[in-house]
Amino acid sequence: MSLRLTDYRGARPTWCPGCGHFAVLGCLQQAIFQLGLPPESVVVVSGIGCSGKIVQYYGGYGVHSLHGRTIPVATGIQIANPELTVIAAGGDGDGYGIGLNHWVQAMRRNVNITYLVMDNHIYSLTTGQYSPTSRKGFISKTTPKGSAELHLRPLEIALAAGASFVAQGFSGDVKQLTNIIKAAIEHKGFSHVNIFSPCVTFNRINTFEWFKERIINLDEQDYQPGDRLQALAKVMETDGVLTGIIFQEERPLFHNELAGIKDQPLTKTPLALTREQFDQLLAEHRC
Amino acid sequence: MQQLTWKVGGAQGEGIDSTGEILGTVLCRLGYHTFAYRHFMSLIKGGHTNYKIRVADRTVHYHGDLTDILIAFDQRTIDENREELHQGSIVIHDAAFEPQGVASIQTCAVPMRQIAEELGNAIIKNMVAIGVTAAALNLDPAPFLQTVATRFAGKGEKIIAMNNSAIQQGYDYYRRHVQRRFSLPTRKADEPLILISGNEAAGFGALAGGCRFLAAYPITPATEIMYWLVNHLPDYGGKVVQVEDEIGACLMAVGASYAGVRAMTSTSGPGFSLMQEAIGFAGIAEIPIVIVDVQRGGPATGLPTRTEQSDLNEILYGAHGEIPRIVMAPATITDCFYRMIDAFNLAEHYQCVVIVATDMFLGMSKQSAAEFDFNAVKVERSGLISDESLTKLQPGTFKRYALTESGISPRSLPGQANGMYVALSNEHDEHAREEVEDRHNRITQMQKRFRKLSPFSPSQWGTMYSGCDEPDLLLVGCGSTYAQLSEARLALEQAGKKVAHLHLQILAPFPKAAAAPLIAKAQKCLVVDNNFTGQLGMLLKREIGFHHKYISHNRYDGLPLTVVEITEKASEVLS
Ligand SMILES: Cc1ncc(C[n+]2csc(CCOP(=O)(O)OP(=O)(O)O)c2C)c(N)n1
Ligand code: SF4
Ligand SMILES: [Mg+2]
Repeated sequence: MSLRLTDYRGARPTWCPGCGHFAVLGCLQQAIFQLGLPPESVVVVSGIGCSGKIVQYYGGYGVHSLHGRTIPVATGIQIANPELTVIAAGGDGDGYGIGLNHWVQAMRRNVNITYLVMDNHIYSLTTGQYSPTSRKGFISKTTPKGSAELHLRPLEIALAAGASFVAQGFSGDVKQLTNIIKAAIEHKGFSHVNIFSPCVTFNRINTFEWFKERIINLDEQDYQPGDRLQALAKVMETDGVLTGIIFQEERPLFHNELAGIKDQPLTKTPLALTREQFDQLLAEHRC
Repeated sequence: MQQLTWKVGGAQGEGIDSTGEILGTVLCRLGYHTFAYRHFMSLIKGGHTNYKIRVADRTVHYHGDLTDILIAFDQRTIDENREELHQGSIVIHDAAFEPQGVASIQTCAVPMRQIAEELGNAIIKNMVAIGVTAAALNLDPAPFLQTVATRFAGKGEKIIAMNNSAIQQGYDYYRRHVQRRFSLPTRKADEPLILISGNEAAGFGALAGGCRFLAAYPITPATEIMYWLVNHLPDYGGKVVQVEDEIGACLMAVGASYAGVRAMTSTSGPGFSLMQEAIGFAGIAEIPIVIVDVQRGGPATGLPTRTEQSDLNEILYGAHGEIPRIVMAPATITDCFYRMIDAFNLAEHYQCVVIVATDMFLGMSKQSAAEFDFNAVKVERSGLISDESLTKLQPGTFKRYALTESGISPRSLPGQANGMYVALSNEHDEHAREEVEDRHNRITQMQKRFRKLSPFSPSQWGTMYSGCDEPDLLLVGCGSTYAQLSEARLALEQAGKKVAHLHLQILAPFPKAAAAPLIAKAQKCLVVDNNFTGQLGMLLKREIGFHHKYISHNRYDGLPLTVVEITEKASEVLS
């Protein structure tokens, strides 16, 4: 039976009209559809936030996990069954605030998952507090006089932490974003995709226009994403406001580097020990 | 009971542990029933550490109140263990110091350090102690030499030879200079033995129970579970991840379980606290998960290398919101093995959180135990919907959280066509696509989840009772206090008291049907807790009533209970 785009459609979104997250959902569905992945072979794990609701609107297997905890859940699923395509998706607060530790660790491990961060520079579901990616001086409900913190630079962290695929997209450019997500899914290893996904309700600063005016599109430049140092220079040069695939390399995958049988789903191993195996284990404890 | 207790003590880093391990191995090889307890501190060098072994003519689950032979490398060992010495004890101390405070007890000096130094390295003074031990116990040194040779096989002939000379010289020195000999029990075990700790038994039980994934973060006294599994799971198609923290560890296991693997995490108090939110998530999303909490002294970093049963409340009630959960508290090292198998079967059957509450005393103590029974191991799969059943459904109609009579709904696994659903941490409806806040739905889903466990009754092992039918005093405990309570009951019975012992291995769902009538028949109950506030006692009051019957005995200094403190308290209550 041939697949249709509607096979990847879940509940009706409750996002505000014009929210950047719609584009992320659409591009994700397109990417999976275009790659011809059967819906049952993909698992989307989301966090908590407006962004986290993506899993409910995407129509396949999913986990709507906890705030900041997409990565460990996704890692567990991926190791358990490497035949699945595992995608983690969440917000900037979710991934770079409360969940930052997990993200950094997963990049250095090179867990074979794709991570989509819907970065609107604000905590939206909780109705507008500054987030780790809010710029210094950002006025929000918890920073009425402006935030006191330098903003977090996810791309630089991703590059430094050893991510094997680093890209940035923009909800205002769905063609590029779809291509980025496709490449991220096809990439073997940890694919980090930061997506500028404006919140039209609570962030009046970092709007679609704000990004449009500033973004430097790597696809319009002669840029090769194979060199980590060059990638870092590019990100710093553009103050992180760029789109495209910034870095990509091949590295051994975490689930295969762990002791155990390569690429074999843990779900496919027999659970009962044979008498011989049991005796062998007992023997180790005999004196 | 014929028995003998031996203890070696010194500073950390002096090889105290391996001294105990070697004696334990030899005694197990010779077929003796033993139980060993390790006492140590949260530091690498210095401080005080000791290793105690009790040898008895029957299976014992406790290292004993007293010490017959104390080998002391320093005065601190004597100071720290004085209370365990009795008139018939002997203190064998290093000749380098003059022991203080043991005037009424036989002492003998052995130049352990000096012998070691003359052989080339002071560090092997513990091997001299082993030779001394062999002589004191009237044992042939040969099995000790053999054990050392196997233990140090990788270290080369020279090292082995040096260690062997140390053992031999310690042996000869004691034979020449000291008259006193101790006899081991005449009766040995009549079945083959294994030497295993509670943590190792829990790891073994997990593997036998079908666990193929462990995600954990190192923490004393739970790490040995991780060691055991990391050394075995990969050979059986499983994997182990050392995660960045316990939040991630628990959730990684939850993720693996969602994908269809029997998965677990192991931890101790501080890590368990970090898992609370994940526990609630597994509960509402109905993802099976097994968590072992090897409790230690709390709160916060508390007493990191001491034992306590002080996480009980958190284990029973922890996590915000309300979820059904199963809590078991293995009573012995052997139970750690079997309960883990039960834990995995139950977690899968009820699609719920199962917490196995052990503690440092149970987890890190080592016993020569009867070999585990292969025929008693059953991996029971349940609740998983087949590909066949799924293909028969109209696409999009599978109900992951179907409102069934039992409350248990069919579970699909990612990869199965037609079985797609979202495991939500939000409230959801039967279809599991999106969050649902409708009040009617909320009520039915809450009731469904809590309905699941209503038929659960762990009849054979959940409550253990021994002693007379209508006791004047019923001793009540849970988990690792089993051994001391059993021995206390026997001692009290021998003194002519009408007592009995009720031990709980299941704490949630509370085995009220089994426990309440037993408590009803007792005049009074002495509830024994290894914590300050009497958490088991509070549970009994909450679940059963009979508030007027309970007298509590709580120990919270980080040490396991002694038999004598229970018998004394019981006698006081009975008089
Ligand atoms: C442990 C925990 N703390 C706080 C919250 C409340 N909370 C829900 S979403 C959110 C922030 C969401 O921001 P972000 O991740 O950027 O997602 P967005 O809504 O902007 O898409 C917070 C603080 C929570 N759900 N869990
Ligand atoms: S509040 Fe902002 S992020 Fe949330 S749905 Fe509305 S526009 Fe989107
Ligand atoms: Mg946000």
